Amino acid sequence: MSRIVRTAADLLYPVILIFGLYIVAHGHLTPGGGFQGGAVIATGGALVIVAYSYKEISGWLKKNVLLGREVIGLVGFIGVGLLALAFGQVFFFNYLAGSGSLFGMPVPYGINAGELNTAGVIPLMNFAVGIEVWGGLTIVILYMLSGLEKEGC
Amino acid sequence: MIEQIPHILVLLGLIVSAILTFHFKDLLAATLAAGLFGFLISLEFYILQAPDVAISQAAIGAGLTTAIFIIAIRATGRFEGESS
Repeated sequence: MSRIVRTAADLLYPVILIFGLYIVAHGHLTPGGGFQGGAVIATGGALVIVAYSYKEISGWLKKNVLLGREVIGLVGFIGVGLLALAFGQVFFFNYLAGSGSLFGMPVPYGINAGELNTAGVIPLMNFAVGIEVWGGLTIVILYMLSGLEKEGC
Repeated sequence: MIEQIPHILVLLGLIVSAILTFHFKDLLAATLAAGLFGFLISLEFYILQAPDVAISQAAIGAGLTTAIFIIAIRATGRFEGESS
């Protein structure tokens, strides 16, 4: 596409990336979560993919990397759930909540702004789902564009 | 009553953009009207106190679906009934 669209895509892509990661990281406090944040990031990826051609984009947005991101997200999600069995609890038990370690702060009472370091295992699952949706929704657009290049139009 | 005005405007815009999507023979314009529909329905979700659904609707309905349709139009014809 034209130079204006490409410059705008270059400028907007990091901002969209940061906003999507913010939605993923604050999934347990504010509206949003893993799926919504991953979809926002995939929108930024789609913007760059539409602005450039497939030849230019395939150097730094590889299908294998996106596929690996999808696999890592799914394995991380189910791994976090299965790790509860190692602690002698039931599947998907929230073993980090209130433990004092990572995301283990007790939730403060009363009116407060929301503490990021709470909710135990839920932010970890949000991160896993965010990474998975990021890879999955971007690879849909990338496969559409690679089919376009194969047809030669 | 005064706080109902943006709600009514969004609903009217939804109807107009849906009719425009149906009416356009230029498929690129129809796709952009469908993107406008997705954006307006995400605003409607926000007015109806569902910001969660509004975020995913704005990202997928207005962003990704429009991009997929634009790529599909690049691979086929731009106008309705045209065979390329």
